[in-house]
Amino acid sequence: MGIGAAVGAYGLSFGAAGVTAGLSTLQTCALSLLLFTGASQFALVGVLGAGGAAVAAVAGALLLGTRNTLYAVRLGTLLPVRGPRRLLAAQLTIDETTGMATAAPEGLAGTAFWATGASVYVLWNGATLLGALGAARLGDPGALGLDAAVPAAFLALLALQVRARSTLAVALSGALIAALAIPFTPAGVPVLLAALAVVPLILRRRRET
Amino acid sequence: MDLSPSGAWLVIVVASLGCYALKLAGWAVPARWLEGERLQRAAVLLPIPLLAALVVVQAFAGDRALVLDARAGGLAVAVVLVLLRAPFLVVVLAAAAAAAVLRAV
Repeated sequence: MGIGAAVGAYGLSFGAAGVTAGLSTLQTCALSLLLFTGASQFALVGVLGAGGAAVAAVAGALLLGTRNTLYAVRLGTLLPVRGPRRLLAAQLTIDETTGMATAAPEGLAGTAFWATGASVYVLWNGATLLGALGAARLGDPGALGLDAAVPAAFLALLALQVRARSTLAVALSGALIAALAIPFTPAGVPVLLAALAVVPLILRRRRET
Repeated sequence: MDLSPSGAWLVIVVASLGCYALKLAGWAVPARWLEGERLQRAAVLLPIPLLAALVVVQAFAGDRALVLDARAGGLAVAVVLVLLRAPFLVVVLAAAAAAAVLRAV
């Protein structure tokens, strides 16, 4: 239930963000149906909305999508999915389904994965449509503060990921890199450069081991 | 947005295919290929600086310049609410409302 409310709220915000960025309602809904991984979708519309190039928008979405590859590896060890069902399981491989499947009691990982996947897919796409239609009808996004809703959404997402002091440092470094890069690079590039903030932490971990 | 509608469709399709390929790769390749500790850490950590950068870009970026406008006011409200552990929708709506009020006065 907690996941349902969060996905609904997040989907509404994404629908509104897509239309505010300049995409049509149909394009915004296509992202939720086809891309179906929230942070990548938000990054893509964020870069496009800021006037970024197509390549930067795609690269940002892909960088944020890399963790789904590792989720799939972990899920593969938990649930036996064979043949064409793998194609469907792949599309449903996201934060929420991985979290529920890994937290499920022994033997119920498969049930948890498919049930969470199906309900999040339906809820996410329904909420995206409502958010997009709502934002399209409301008119001037600036007067309603909708452009300020997007950074707030990213901040709320970020807060879920930052649990330790070391990850807070990575977040602040990423923010600083982006702020320094904004005046000197085209839109979309500051976000990609911020990925470099993970390098020191990865190298440091290697020295410790 | 600087792209034409067909340009935007191209971005949507390419990003969707790429992200689907990333998901499918995890199911398809042998698990031991992706077991390296540094690779695992990189994939777990990557969203953090990217999301932080997106906060900055969406709140402070103008045309090749940092600008301080109503969005910053909305973000300040969002920071307080996140620290108070407010629900997602409350954070987003309060930030929008704060920016709208700042623009109206």
